[in-house]
Amino acid sequence: MSNLLDLLVAGLATGAIYAIVAVGFTLLWQTSQTINFAQGEFVMLPAFLMLAAMQAGAPFWLAILIGILLSMLLLGLGFKMLLVDPMLRHGVLPLAIATMALAIGIKEAVKQFWSAEASPFPSIVPTGDISILGRPVALQSIGVLALAILAVLALTTLLNRTSIGHQMQAAAQNPTVAKIIGVPVERMILFTFLINAFLVALASVLITPIYLAKFSSGEVLGQAAFIAAIVGGFNQVRGAIAGGLLIGVVDNLAAAYVSTQYRAAVPLILLIAVILLRPQGMFGRPEERTV
Amino acid sequence: MTAGKYLQIAFGVIVIAALIVVPMNFNRYGLFILSQWAVMTIAAMGLNLTLGYAGQVSLAQGAFVGIGAYAAAIMTSNGLPLIAALGVAIVLCFAIGWILGYPALRVQHHYLAFVTLAFSTLAFLVFRNEDWLTKGIYGISNIPRPEIFGFPTRRPLPFYYLCLGSLGIVSLAVWWLIRSPWGRAFVALRENPVRALSLGIDTRRYTLMAFAIGSALGGVAGTLYAPLTQYVDPVPFSLALSLDLLMMVIVGGSGFFFGPFLGAMIAVLLPEWLRFTQGYYLMLYAVAVILLLIYSPTGILGILDRYMAERRTKAASALRAVAKSRLETAP
Repeated sequence: MSNLLDLLVAGLATGAIYAIVAVGFTLLWQTSQTINFAQGEFVMLPAFLMLAAMQAGAPFWLAILIGILLSMLLLGLGFKMLLVDPMLRHGVLPLAIATMALAIGIKEAVKQFWSAEASPFPSIVPTGDISILGRPVALQSIGVLALAILAVLALTTLLNRTSIGHQMQAAAQNPTVAKIIGVPVERMILFTFLINAFLVALASVLITPIYLAKFSSGEVLGQAAFIAAIVGGFNQVRGAIAGGLLIGVVDNLAAAYVSTQYRAAVPLILLIAVILLRPQGMFGRPEERTV
Repeated sequence: MTAGKYLQIAFGVIVIAALIVVPMNFNRYGLFILSQWAVMTIAAMGLNLTLGYAGQVSLAQGAFVGIGAYAAAIMTSNGLPLIAALGVAIVLCFAIGWILGYPALRVQHHYLAFVTLAFSTLAFLVFRNEDWLTKGIYGISNIPRPEIFGFPTRRPLPFYYLCLGSLGIVSLAVWWLIRSPWGRAFVALRENPVRALSLGIDTRRYTLMAFAIGSALGGVAGTLYAPLTQYVDPVPFSLALSLDLLMMVIVGGSGFFFGPFLGAMIAVLLPEWLRFTQGYYLMLYAVAVILLLIYSPTGILGILDRYMAERRTKAASALRAVAKSRLETAP
């Protein structure tokens, strides 16, 4: 039990990153019924965009800015216009499958144009340990947690306190009525895609220093985000946040106390239990069965 | 029977004859690739039942192939016959499919995708970590090839015929299944679940049945995969195989009987022909799949089907025009 505190903080930190990714995932689902199976690859890609910018001579802060902007352009606008818009008329299923193909495409592109090896990535928060209650705790974890909480707070403020946020919620809940009362539904949907692209780029900045930049790292991340979204509640932003934090903590504790070999299995079993017992997720509203 | 029907039958006979005769002077590698095509077609056919006919996304078909492969590897290495492994694989995959699908299908249709995704990862962990059963990352090697009615299939050509024969039997079974009342119920589920329900079809049971049968076919493919490669380790049965199989079904044409044949051919043979593209191959493939999906979500056979339907309507309206003018000129 010696390092429980450190484990808890590290778990919350990765959990907060999962939460950011899961929130983006649920936003896309809510506004445009997009189940984005490439969400993990969306987190993996911006880190490489930033590395490329740094290689071209940009300082770290500028590289991050370029990475976020490029991500919003490619993974937000480009993803919506080139893939989601033409696919949406075919229904939820073909679109979901197209995002799986996109995931393979992004992964292979990074492997080909960059490298199959893992690259180190600088941290934007200071590294090292500080002492809390007499125990050393990684400073990086606390920094990541703080930034992630800030991002989530900013997002919930945007969604719940501003006019644009209200319009986005209206567009998500009932597009027809929203259109009638004058909400520019199309633009709101585009906003959610841009927000998602921003969130994944942010998650990329936060998580890559911990796990290194590698073409295949999206698989684990994407799966963690799905599980977080489902465990928390597919149709609720706060559900995705809680789910992310829970998965992060459970994952870290499982690695320490269950077995490192089956660490990845614990969140999966949690997922299956939630689907069995409370399919709408811990915080979700039951959705009417869509047929 | 019309001339078109005869033409179709003749075409089928020629293809089957070619599949039997042409590979006779193939080398070892060519036969391996063709056998692999047959095995992957069986797995994709199972997934086509789940996806194309019952409209459910399964991301665990690769795991079911893995379960079949490990069942065959473990049992035949211990001297048991392959046919016993086949039975175990079918029962195991059917049962696991049923248990997995039960909670998922209680809720919403896309939940099966998530549950099977989770299962796929779990199965991979078990293959990798349970050393006592699967020999972990080192894998099981020297898997024997079976004797069929006293004929050894150690050499590549007889083993290819075993794969082809198995593909034939599975094809006939699936052909019969989708024409049986069950198969019609599967399609009814995909097209309009509410209507199917109101017609007295127990939708959940039939969806589960489609998923479980599809999974069992994954197991069948696995029991052939193990003696084909004669070596089984966890790597080929990761999520990537499940995604590959899904792409095969989609590219060929989900919901079409011959879709998996075409899809598996493209996925297995095309990389061999496109060697010159090197590492870019998978990238180009992914882009091609997305473009295909945008143009025709029912795959290549979907395009063909649309074209044929168009021609038929044109021919029919031409006939109608002729008949009308005759009617008008008639006294």
